[in-house]
Amino acid sequence: MAAFLQQVVEGLGAGAIYASLALALVLIYQFTGIVNFAQGELAMFSTYIAWQCVAAGMPFWLALVVTLAVSFAGGMLIERIIIRPVEGAPELTIVIVTVGLFIFVNAAAGWIWTFLIKDFPNPFPGGALEAAGISVNFSTLGVLGVVALVMGLLYLLFQYTKIGLGMRAVAANPASARLVGIRVGRTLALGWGLAATVGAVSGVLVAPLLFLEPNMMGGVLIYAFAAATLGGFDSPLGAVVGGLVVGVAETLAGAYVGFIGSDLKVGVPLVIILGVLLLRPQGLFGRAAVERA
Amino acid sequence: MSTTKAKVERPASVRKGGGRFDWRWAGLAALLAAAVYAPFQLVPFHVFQLTMVLVYAVALLGLNLLVGHAGQISLGHGAFFAIGAYTCAILLDRFDLPYPLTLPLAAAVAFVLGLALGVPAMRLRGLYLALVTLAIAIFLVPLLKRFEELTGGSMGLTLAKPTPPAWSGLAEDQWLYFLTLAVAVAAFLLAASLLRSRVGRALHALRDNEIAAEVMGVRLSFYKTLAFAWSAMFAGAAGCVYTWVIGFVSPDSFTVNLSITLLAGLVVGGLGSLSGPVLGGLFVMFVPSISQDINDAAPGVIFGLLIIAVMYVAPTGLAGLAGRLIKKIPRKE
Repeated sequence: MAAFLQQVVEGLGAGAIYASLALALVLIYQFTGIVNFAQGELAMFSTYIAWQCVAAGMPFWLALVVTLAVSFAGGMLIERIIIRPVEGAPELTIVIVTVGLFIFVNAAAGWIWTFLIKDFPNPFPGGALEAAGISVNFSTLGVLGVVALVMGLLYLLFQYTKIGLGMRAVAANPASARLVGIRVGRTLALGWGLAATVGAVSGVLVAPLLFLEPNMMGGVLIYAFAAATLGGFDSPLGAVVGGLVVGVAETLAGAYVGFIGSDLKVGVPLVIILGVLLLRPQGLFGRAAVERA
Repeated sequence: MSTTKAKVERPASVRKGGGRFDWRWAGLAALLAAAVYAPFQLVPFHVFQLTMVLVYAVALLGLNLLVGHAGQISLGHGAFFAIGAYTCAILLDRFDLPYPLTLPLAAAVAFVLGLALGVPAMRLRGLYLALVTLAIAIFLVPLLKRFEELTGGSMGLTLAKPTPPAWSGLAEDQWLYFLTLAVAVAAFLLAASLLRSRVGRALHALRDNEIAAEVMGVRLSFYKTLAFAWSAMFAGAAGCVYTWVIGFVSPDSFTVNLSITLLAGLVVGGLGSLSGPVLGGLFVMFVPSISQDINDAAPGVIFGLLIIAVMYVAPTGLAGLAGRLIKKIPRKE
């Protein structure tokens, strides 16, 4: 039993990371209806910025603040420069543009920082908390805590600020939002900035566990997609719950299903995506899309 | 000349040419003549490169059916390419099948898998198809490594290449080139006739407006699934030829990068046209080999920027640009 709980705890730790990237995906989807295939790569790029700051001698937490600020600005810029021209274009066009962004950012990071693996400092202390025969690493607790904090801040932003109200209005109905005087373009850029910031958090959380290299987020992205699909692409809460469920499911499948083992775990998100799409396409917390001809 | 102002250029075959002499066919014939002549003039390495261009072109013809003509996106076409390559390799390695037989079998396996995966994926919007195909491409690599006794695991499988028959008097590279050329021409004709048929019209209809297409009686899920299965079949055939040409398969040749590069090549070459896949094949082959000298990351930077630029200014890619230029030339009526 203790061993089982131990696996669940580790799954939650992994799941929290998936949840944070899924949260970034959902933020953009909510506002723009775009699934940003480059989200993971943007997070990776942000992590390199953090690494560069630390390497230049900045203390970790200051480096984090700088990274988040740069990511926010970068996200807004990308929306302005790259996404705005294809806004309202067919889904195919937008997906291809984000795939282009994916390729470009990935290669650009490789060009600037080379493809060699870099060590990334772990912001959390090394030890573990022992309780009832289960040991929980401080870094797992830290990751869970950070994701809960991000989730809480986003909730406060959306529910209790004027900017958040405007963002919700744009998500619900851009045309009506524009009519009541909300700057829709600016809000969309804000959404991308927020998403890039949340993505940067997930990148910084992942890097100490996976080592920093340009393809670091490729594996995480597919779990984040599974998490967002499971939770519903238009629900931030769903993204977090989905991320945790995906993390636990993946860890348990790897530990207890002999055939899957550690190498075939990456099949778990595929099964989850297919299963959700067949049984409940809108996800656990999402609203079913109603189409009007 | 053009009968319609549709957003994406229709292939020449759709237009009613009447009895006039069609320069396109002349151009095609000249291209084919050049393609037959080329291997006798080039050094073996360049012949090999041209062969690979044709291999990629076959895969892109299939991807184009799905993305360019049916408007559905796949980020995992490398997976079907890999399935074709491995089917061929295993048939040769295990069952000592003659080479020509591996092609239809590899294509059939890819088709059936495409159908099986397309049924759940295609019932949903294009976006989810991109997700599912990406997940498939990522999952395939560890899967290939797992079934070691069949696939050779990480080490892959090494196979003998087809040997040129004595009557032909060709060198190995030339023989492989002509085999590939034959497959590519057959694939081109198959794609062209598919698009000219009722099916091609159904695909264009559902790409341009799903609701209108459904009202006209096009069964969306049926045609989407079929387009997916066909495009998988073309990719499988290309993978099979790849195994002939390279004589070696390993899981790391078919990572998700291959899938993304294929899509990139197609977008740059030109979505929705018949010449796009050939131009895309040139890109997939030569952009990395030329720009890698600058930096390992240069091909990615170039591809990424080109894709975005193409989507902004020339959604029909290089093929569309070329078509527009040709139209500018005044012609006698």
